[in-house]
Amino acid sequence: MDSTDLAKLVFGRLSWESLPVHEPIVMGTFVAVAIGGIALLVAITRFSLWGYLWREWFTTVDHKRIGIMYMILGLIMLLRGFSDAIMMRAQQAIAFNGSEGYLPAHHYDQIFTAHGVIMIFFVAMPLVTGLMNYIVPLQIGARDVSFPFLNNFSFWMTAAGAVLVMMSLFVGEFARTGWLAYPPLSGIAYSPDVGVDYYIWSLQVAGVGTLLSGVNLIATIVKMRAPGMSMMRMPVFTWTALCTNVLIVAAFPVLTAVLALLSLDRYLGTAFFTNDFGGNPMMYVNLIWIWGHPEVYILILPAFGIFSEVTSTFSGKRLFGYTSMVYATVVITILSYLVWLHHFFTMGSGASVNSFFGITTMVISIPTGAKMFNWLFTMYRGRIRFELPMMWTIAFMLTFVVGGMTGVLLAVPPADFVLHNSLFLVAHFHNVIIGGVLFGLFAGINYWFPKAFGFRLDPVWGKRSFWCWVVGFWAAFMPLYILGLMGVTRRMRVFDDPSLQIWFVIAALGAVLIALGIACMLIQFYVSVRDREKLRDVSGDPWNGRTLEWSTSSPPPDYNFAFTPVIHDGDAWADMKRRGYERPTEGFRPIHMPSNTGAGIVLAGLSAATAFGLIWYMWWLAAVGFVGLLAVAIGHTFNYKRDFHVPAEEVERVEGRRTALLAGRS
Amino acid sequence: MSGTTLPSGDRPVFYETEEHAHPEGASTMLGFWIYLMSDCLIFACLFATYAVLGGSYAGGPGPRDLFELPLVALNTTMLLLSSITYGFAMLVMDKGRVGATQLWLAITGLFGLAFLSIELTEFANLIHEGATPQRSAFLSSFFTLVGTHGLHVTFGIVWLVTLMAQVARHGLIAANRRRLMCLSLFWHFLDVIWIGVFTFVYLLGVLR
Repeated sequence: MDSTDLAKLVFGRLSWESLPVHEPIVMGTFVAVAIGGIALLVAITRFSLWGYLWREWFTTVDHKRIGIMYMILGLIMLLRGFSDAIMMRAQQAIAFNGSEGYLPAHHYDQIFTAHGVIMIFFVAMPLVTGLMNYIVPLQIGARDVSFPFLNNFSFWMTAAGAVLVMMSLFVGEFARTGWLAYPPLSGIAYSPDVGVDYYIWSLQVAGVGTLLSGVNLIATIVKMRAPGMSMMRMPVFTWTALCTNVLIVAAFPVLTAVLALLSLDRYLGTAFFTNDFGGNPMMYVNLIWIWGHPEVYILILPAFGIFSEVTSTFSGKRLFGYTSMVYATVVITILSYLVWLHHFFTMGSGASVNSFFGITTMVISIPTGAKMFNWLFTMYRGRIRFELPMMWTIAFMLTFVVGGMTGVLLAVPPADFVLHNSLFLVAHFHNVIIGGVLFGLFAGINYWFPKAFGFRLDPVWGKRSFWCWVVGFWAAFMPLYILGLMGVTRRMRVFDDPSLQIWFVIAALGAVLIALGIACMLIQFYVSVRDREKLRDVSGDPWNGRTLEWSTSSPPPDYNFAFTPVIHDGDAWADMKRRGYERPTEGFRPIHMPSNTGAGIVLAGLSAATAFGLIWYMWWLAAVGFVGLLAVAIGHTFNYKRDFHVPAEEVERVEGRRTALLAGRS
Repeated sequence: MSGTTLPSGDRPVFYETEEHAHPEGASTMLGFWIYLMSDCLIFACLFATYAVLGGSYAGGPGPRDLFELPLVALNTTMLLLSSITYGFAMLVMDKGRVGATQLWLAITGLFGLAFLSIELTEFANLIHEGATPQRSAFLSSFFTLVGTHGLHVTFGIVWLVTLMAQVARHGLIAANRRRLMCLSLFWHFLDVIWIGVFTFVYLLGVLR
């Protein structure tokens, strides 16, 4: 065996050529990230924060801290996903009149793939999961989720997936296939490099986390509600969280299965989606959209829940049509499984099949419209306070309705034959995902931030961010509707027709405005932390909220509720306030709580190592990682001491501090 | 509703003053069952793939040329018997008899191993005849569906051995009973899946 064989055995496909030394843009990014990363590590070491981070955060099983870690992950990945976006907008704005732009084709193709994958899986999903994790147990009066260790493990699996995607930027490359990696393009014959393997394994690793967190939250909502909280007394956000997690559990296994089949095609040479040996690429497209369509509802339903909470709180009223809101949510949950084929009307299924899926798609607009009217009627004759969460909600209503209408337009099969694969479609789904999901998340972040940290977010920078985002969104995507109607297809790198350029320039300016919106948001975080004493809220209920999470201190104690609350009405906290609830100050009991564990982060690290080995054909690493995974998982089950009691004196101390704070305020 | 406060005598109870002993793992069975349903969906996808691609022989051998029903019948018997013996294990577990539980679990594991060996023999024969997973989409989907079931049985056996070690160490404590219940669900679930495989892949395959 000579040295090249040995190198192959050890490093698989990985070699010096895998590093992007010849690509100045990637290299520059790499240097910047490396310097930033090293600075961060040095700072953590310098202030000896490793022990603190490990004990209080990385190994925590507290749903609130895990929720915050999800949010941080999502916001960091938003920066990466947005960098991809603005690079694409810049490329398309200048690649006219014979100019090739500044991005070579193989780089540009990776960027649009990475943008989609990151924004859906590593921005929207962590942000949504993070909010559900933080808020749901508080809203139902529980002390944690059903499976606290699993919750920690889920987070780290999601983070491990994100690490793999980020790694692909500097070690090797990412897929050049578009965000759903259709075969045969994503098969080994046309994509022999590591890009698609990075795609597959990062999604598989993150998918385990998503699925388990779905199981966890369903069990939590079904089993851990406070006494008296019947299903129809649950806050709407909890309802939407329940439906979303049902969708997660019912949809993500399909993604797991279809990606497993694709990897069998790539690794073992099977013939599922190949052009030869009887394979059928359309099978992949069907399966991936059976996951993919519910996925968009997984993202939007919790946003609907946030808007419901915000509208009701800031209008100072009970939500209009609570029951219809719940039924609308459930109907959307079911219908989301009956529409997947509208993503490929042009596949040639025939008029009958297309009609069926066109109609089911249009039907979804009915429950969604019902929701819209419920929000409007909640605001009607309410005392509306135009705080930031409410502003985001109103911007959502105006923006989302346009996205919904273009969606119904695309649901008409003949129209879809014209608009399929065009920028009209791109504008449509950005319209609903930014105008719906992202605006909802921003409303939620501004709404619940004081709960999580005990002080409000600065409204001045928040409003600047709001206006930049909203105006930027309209400027960036309305031109794409127009271009799409003119027949411009998506994912193009250069253009021949110079008359199109002006629209791309406007869209690029919109993207710049959104960049300013993101910058203002980061400044908003900074300014809020700096002025935290001025923005402090000691009441725990800064917005005069209506649901149980506002009955706790901000931030809530580890155990959430010193005494399990008893619920008599929907909007439990508003009911308690109205009927003169008095906070208990004595008689505390020891509280049973789960203990922290490092098993989750270790398992996720081993999964990432296994995935890295599989991506680069470093079989020894994959084998070692997998055996380690089994060993640690089994070893963990031999630990039976997973809980402890918070002593009554400790509870009394914590609650006493809050009593003093509340007394100081009044 | 007015903002007035009701007299304190009529004020409802807004919190429980006593801590209830929350039975540990009260959600475990529900959570595990939901997980199993998600696993069931993975099998549903593999069945669907087999349904679509199961007729794509690409000029290669079809089910009638390949499947040996007597071997599959033996295989099926092994798995069904293992489900029965797992049931016996749970019955003696309820009576708190550690030794008998361990014995029935061990027998279940042996039946599981017998099932796996027969399956691997079948796979080896097929590959030897040139009917490899790469030969056609039919064989790709056949090997993946049946192989995924086999992988589940393998993990079930690893889990079974782990639980036997834990029962040996701590006896039939509540946590171990709960774990045995979960594995029981898992094991019977695999039986149900196998009945689907046996019917749709093997029996209908030979009829086709």
